[in-house]
Amino acid sequence: MTAPTRGWPAPGRVTRTAGRLGGTVLLHAALIAGAVVTLAPLAWMAAASLMPAGQATTYPPRLLPHPLTLENYRILFTRLDLARNLVNSVIIALTATALSTLINSLAGYAFAKFRFRGRDMTFRVLLAGLVIPAQVGMLPLFVMMRELHLVNSYWGVIVPSMASIFGIFLIRQYAASIPDELLDAARIDGASEFTIYRRIVLPLLVPILATFAVFTFMSTWNDFLWPLIILSDDAKYTLPVALANLAGEHVQDTELMMAGSLVTLLPVLLAFIALQRFYIRGITTGSVKG
Amino acid sequence: MAGDPGARQRDSERRAAVGFLAPAATLIAVFFVLPIVAALLLSLTDFDIYGIAAPRTARLVGLRNYATLLQTPLFWTALGNTLYYVAVGGPLSVAVSLGAALLVDAPLTRWKATFRAIYFAPVVTTLVAVAVIWKYLYDPRFGLLDYALRAVGLPAIDWLGNRHWAMPALILMTVWKNFGYNMLIFIAGLQAIPEDLYDAARVDGASAIQRFRHVTLPQLGPTFLFVGLTTMIGYTQLFAEPYVMTQGGPLHATYSIIEYLYEEGFRWWRLGYAAAIAFVLFPLILGATLLQSRLQARARARAA
Repeated sequence: MTAPTRGWPAPGRVTRTAGRLGGTVLLHAALIAGAVVTLAPLAWMAAASLMPAGQATTYPPRLLPHPLTLENYRILFTRLDLARNLVNSVIIALTATALSTLINSLAGYAFAKFRFRGRDMTFRVLLAGLVIPAQVGMLPLFVMMRELHLVNSYWGVIVPSMASIFGIFLIRQYAASIPDELLDAARIDGASEFTIYRRIVLPLLVPILATFAVFTFMSTWNDFLWPLIILSDDAKYTLPVALANLAGEHVQDTELMMAGSLVTLLPVLLAFIALQRFYIRGITTGSVKG
Repeated sequence: MAGDPGARQRDSERRAAVGFLAPAATLIAVFFVLPIVAALLLSLTDFDIYGIAAPRTARLVGLRNYATLLQTPLFWTALGNTLYYVAVGGPLSVAVSLGAALLVDAPLTRWKATFRAIYFAPVVTTLVAVAVIWKYLYDPRFGLLDYALRAVGLPAIDWLGNRHWAMPALILMTVWKNFGYNMLIFIAGLQAIPEDLYDAARVDGASAIQRFRHVTLPQLGPTFLFVGLTTMIGYTQLFAEPYVMTQGGPLHATYSIIEYLYEEGFRWWRLGYAAAIAFVLFPLILGATLLQSRLQARARARAA
């Protein structure tokens, strides 16, 4: 079974085995090449973030830091006060995720399990809204936020993302599989609809709520345009807005900017690695019925 | 009828539905529907920086903003750039996703979950951070990309400084960042293809390429439509990449519709005019949606 990938073909069965082995080797060579290309920018970011100032802009380029230094991170968190932006991002993303999960689970469950007139019609109209880009309404939304005194506040970022058509759709699809008999039995026992939701429905929805929560956390964390518009004060900026701002001022400080990029994207990358299976299910569920 | 338990049940369900839907419905009505309707009205006014201070001072100007828009060369540049990005980046990204899905899902592939997770990693990263990283990777003097090009004897390219290369550079980066997303959807699509279709094709003596052309591709039809539509809608929203990497340059070569909207609306505070720009996105996306559903209906008719 140690046939070379491009050996001389022997007749019969051996050829097929050798061809198969060659195919396997080629396949994995392509897969590994793809993985290297995919990871290289992130690996370089991590390496450059640990280099002393100026080392990332030498020729030929250095791939590994020497000596290793945490100076860039120290500057970020002391002089540039990025910790503040990190806290802003955490508060905004967690609040938006918690509220959005609650609000959309109520609506998704209602669409799946309550019978009322115009239900399917309303749901179809709602789904049509999925293709409307949010940017269309951004200008009046800003004027509204200004009238509500929410400009340059956490709530100004959070409120527009609290209800999600995608979330309602995702949760409705999942809630539809809850057996009606279970709900009816609780109703006969005299439980109120909210008690049924809290005691029976919510525990059953946990997997899909986890999926939706991971989704919302990541999209709020990564969002750029709306926070850029609504936040006007450095101290209120989320990480992406602060980073874009710094990148404009510190064009020459490659190592420092790589440290800033790492701080910005590491939390979501770690969240993804920890919660992968929930996230992946959300994508494939959403695509089953366009 | 008040004593009828069925009617009482329906009544209580209706009341519960109102309560359960109220928070989401209110939020969607106030922060999604209302702004879109308001944007349409706004686009018919001369709302500007004075309007922000006192909204009542804005006046109706009919379609003047749209007329001005159509006569502004920068608008056509931005529209052209956005269409270029969508038309080249979209299909390229879908093709790379399909290729990756075929490799990862091949029967002989080992460590499938690992490869899948690696290819997916860029998707979850923050776009702004990625744009900052690639800005340095594209540097013509110290960037790794040009170093690699020189190493294999190719001329270095001033990726972000040359107006012919800037857009391809943004597209390349976007494909790198996004292909993992559609790859997952393609993998789900591939796994849904019944194995006996392949067996039947094999019995008929079809080669691997023929099996791909006559079994895999047609079976992936609906997946293609979904992926194509969502990718194209996503690509019309080009903003953070040029904002961070090129500021829309060089010579407006990467200036996008959303960037134009942002500058007119939030830098110069010409909100009425910017709202008109926003509505240009509408027919674009509506057209893409209709085209996709037409194709989908035709594909379904052919399958029946």
